[in-house]
Amino acid sequence: MTDILKTEGLSRYFGAVVAAEDINVTITDGEIVGVIGSNGAGKTTFINMVTGYLPPSSGVINFDGQRIGRLGPRKLMRRGLARSFQIPQLFLELSVLDNLTIALSAAEGRQLNMIRPVRTPERISAADAILEQMNIIQYRDEMVTAMPQGARKLLDIAIAMLGDPKMLLLDEPTSGVSTDEKYTLMDTVMEVVRRRGLTVLFVEHDMEIVQRYVTRVLAFASGVVIKDGAVDEVLADGQVQELVTGKRHQPQTEQGDV
Amino acid sequence: MLTIWAILIDGLIYASWLFLVAAGLTVIYGVMRILNMAHGSLYALGAYASASSIGWYYASGGDQLWIAFALLAGCAIVIGAIAGFIMERGILRLMYGRDEVLMLIVTFALLLILEDLMKLVWGTTPYFAYQPYAALGRFNFGVLTVSGYQIMVVGVSVVVGTILWFWLERTRTGKILRSIIHDREVSEAMGVNVRRMFTMTFVIGASLGAIAGGVTAPIISVVPGIGVEVIVVAFAVVVTGGLGSITGAAIGALIVGLARAASIHTMPELELFIIYAVMALVLIFRPNGLFGQATARKI
Amino acid sequence: MMRLQKTEILLVVTALALGLSSLISPDWLVFTSTLAVAAALVVMGVVMLMRAGLISFGQGLFYCIGGYAVGLGGRFLGVTDALALVGMGIVATVALAMLLGLLLTRYREIFFAMLTLAFSMILYGILVKSHGLGSTDGFGVVDWSILGYQPDQGDESATGLWLAVVLALAAALFLNRYFQSSLGLACEAIRENEVRVEYMGISRRQVLYINYVIAAALGSIGGSLTALTAGHVDPTMAYWTISGEFVFIALLGGTGHVAAPFIAAFIFILVRTYAVELFPNSWQLILGVVLLLIILFLPKGIWSLFTRKQRAQA
Repeated sequence: MTDILKTEGLSRYFGAVVAAEDINVTITDGEIVGVIGSNGAGKTTFINMVTGYLPPSSGVINFDGQRIGRLGPRKLMRRGLARSFQIPQLFLELSVLDNLTIALSAAEGRQLNMIRPVRTPERISAADAILEQMNIIQYRDEMVTAMPQGARKLLDIAIAMLGDPKMLLLDEPTSGVSTDEKYTLMDTVMEVVRRRGLTVLFVEHDMEIVQRYVTRVLAFASGVVIKDGAVDEVLADGQVQELVTGKRHQPQTEQGDV
Repeated sequence: MLTIWAILIDGLIYASWLFLVAAGLTVIYGVMRILNMAHGSLYALGAYASASSIGWYYASGGDQLWIAFALLAGCAIVIGAIAGFIMERGILRLMYGRDEVLMLIVTFALLLILEDLMKLVWGTTPYFAYQPYAALGRFNFGVLTVSGYQIMVVGVSVVVGTILWFWLERTRTGKILRSIIHDREVSEAMGVNVRRMFTMTFVIGASLGAIAGGVTAPIISVVPGIGVEVIVVAFAVVVTGGLGSITGAAIGALIVGLARAASIHTMPELELFIIYAVMALVLIFRPNGLFGQATARKI
Repeated sequence: MMRLQKTEILLVVTALALGLSSLISPDWLVFTSTLAVAAALVVMGVVMLMRAGLISFGQGLFYCIGGYAVGLGGRFLGVTDALALVGMGIVATVALAMLLGLLLTRYREIFFAMLTLAFSMILYGILVKSHGLGSTDGFGVVDWSILGYQPDQGDESATGLWLAVVLALAAALFLNRYFQSSLGLACEAIRENEVRVEYMGISRRQVLYINYVIAAALGSIGGSLTALTAGHVDPTMAYWTISGEFVFIALLGGTGHVAAPFIAAFIFILVRTYAVELFPNSWQLILGVVLLLIILFLPKGIWSLFTRKQRAQA
C-alpha cells in the first residue's frame, strides 16, 4: 500500500487570516476519504494547495512519492492528480460532446493538432461511453447552458476523471444538487471510482453522504484538522460534533433511539 | 548637461499635459471599468469648443484676456459635461454588465461617431486660438526658453490633481466612489446608488478630458484627428501608473513625460516606441501598473 | 488523404467563380474584389483571436509589414516575384509576432486590445518619421510578376484577383480544419473557461501563442495583397483606425463560419467605396452607428442570421 498523498506542516495565511495551519495528512492508495468542516474551515484552501492552484505559505506536499511544491494544476494533472469543482467549471457555450472531446484530446498528452479534427470516431465513442456511464447522454449535443446543475456537476466530475488520474479530489460534489438527485449522482460517481480503483478525497457537507460512501474522515475547523480517522469514530467525537456536525452521531448499524 | 535640463523641463511640461489628459480616463476606468476610447474625442471637443469660442471673442472685438480664459475653461467644461452625459445616459447605460472588451468596442464606435460629428459642425479647416498663448509671453532659463502658457499648464495640472485627490480622499462622495472602485457589488449591496455615481463619474471624466483639450487649444492648430492621436499616449500613461489610480496617473505621466522628452532630444523617430518600451518595462515588474489593483481569484 | 467537406467544396467553387468573374467584370469591380479578399484575410486573423476571446486593435501592424515588405522588396531588393514578396512579408511578420507574442499572451481583454493597438501605432510612428521611406506619403510598388509570368497591360487586375483568390482559398481551407482541430477548440475553451483549461493539462500560453502567430501571418498576406493591388504603401496601414475597421468587419460577419469574413468584407468595401464618395465627412459616423447596432442587436454578426433561419426550419 503506497502513500499517494502526504502533506507535512502544510499552512496557508492571508495576512492575519489563518486559512490552514499545520496540516499533516497521509492518504494511501485506494482510500476513499471524506473531508468535512463548516464554511471557512479550510477545506477548499487545502484542495487548492494540493492541486497547485494556491501556493502554500509553508509546508511540504508529496504526491506519489515526489515533492510537488511549486507545480501548477497543469503539470499536476499530467502526474495523475485531478480535481472537480464546487461550481462546475465547464465550457458553457460549447456542446457537451465538445467539452469531452477537448478534454479527451488534452488527456492524450500529445501536442495539440492544427489540422486533424478533434472529433475523431475514437474520441466520440469514448465520450459517448462516459456520458452513458454518468447517465447524461441525453445532453450530448446540447450546449452546457442547457444542462441542469446536477448534470453539470456530473460532467465536471467526468472530465476530472479523464486521463487516468491516480487520485481524484472532489470539491463538494453534491452541493447545489437537489436532495433526490444527490444519491444518484454519488452512486454513479462511486461506481466508476470503484471500477477503476481510484483514490478519492471529497469535501462534503451532507453527513449522510459521508457515512454512506467513505471509510475515513478528515474534520477541519478554523484551518486545522481536528480529527482524522474512521467514519464512526470521527462523527462520534465531541469536538467534531460541536464544531462541525452540530448533532449527535447515529452510527449506521444501531437501531432505535440513542 | 544642457540637454538634461531641456529634457527635465520639457518632460515636466509634457507630463503635466499628460496628467490632464489621462486623469479623466483613469477615473472612469477605476469606477466603471470602462476604458473610454472616445476620451480622445472628448479632448478634441474641448479643444474645438475653446478654440472657436476664443476665436469668436477676439473676432468680435474683445480684448480682455481673463474673459478669453473664462471662455476657454467654461466652454470646454460645459461641452464635455453635456457630451459625457449624453454618452453615458444614451448609450453606455444600455451595455452595463457586458464584457469589458465589448464596452471598449462601444466606446470605439462612439469615437467614430464623434469624430465625424466634429467634422460636420466645425469643418476640416484648422482653428487657431493663439491669443492666450501669446499673451503670457516667454521666459528664459539661461539658454532655454519656456513659454508662460506652458508654465500655466503645469500649474493647472497641479491644481486639478490636487482637487481630484482631495475630492476622492476627503469628501463623502469621493469615499463612495473609492468604495465602488474597490468592489462594485458590495457597494451596491450597501445602498450606494451606483448608477447615479456612474453618470456623475463619467460626466466628470469627460469634462476633464475636454478641459485638457481646451487648455491645449491655444498651443496647437485644432484639426480633425487630434483626439485619435491622444488616446494612444493617454493609454500608456494610465497603464504605467495603474488603471483607476489618480496617483498612478500622475506618476505615470511623469515617467512617460520624461521618457518622451528624452527621446525627442536624442532619437525623435522612436518617440512612441520609447514611451511604450518604458510601459512594457513597468508591466514586466508590476503587471497591473505601478498603483494598479490585482484582480481577484476566480475559484 | 482527407476527404473534402461540404463547406470546403463550396469554398473551392466560390473561389473559382470569383476568379472567373474577372473575365466579365469591369476593371474597378475586379480591383475592389481583390481589396475585399485581401481585407478578408486580415479579418480572418481577427476572427481567430476573437474565437480565443481576444480582440486585437492592432492587426494593422502585420498588415502594414506585409505591405511594406512588398514595397521594400521590390524597390530596394529588386525582387519582383509576387509570391516571393508575399513570402518575405510572412517571414518578417512571423519573426515579429513570435517576439510580441511572448508578451501579449500574458494579457487578456482590455490590456491585450490596447497593447496590440499600441504596437501598431509604434510602427506608424516610426514609418511617419522615416523620410527615407517617404514618411506620410509612402511610396509606390514596382510592377510585379508571378513565377515568371508577367501579366499584359489589361490583365494586371485579373492576375491580382486570381492571386488573392488562391491565397485566400488556401487560408480558408486551412482555417476550416483549424477551427475543428484540437488546437482550434482549445482556443474556444480558453475563451470559455481558462481555469478548466489549465486543469486539463493544456498550456494556455502555448495555444494562444500559436494562434496569435498564425493570425499575424494572415494579416501580413492581406497587407501584401493590398499593396500589390493598390500599387502603393503608406504608414496609415498601421494606423489604429484601420485595425478598427478590421474589427468592425469581423463583428459584422461574426465568427461562426469561415466564409463570414469574406461576405462581410465585400459588403464593407463596396459600401465604403460609395459612402466615402457621397458622404466623406459622415462615413465614420455611419460606421460607428452600424457598429453600435450590431453590438446591440446582432452580437454574433450577420452570419447568425443564417444559422437562426436554419434552426427555425429544423
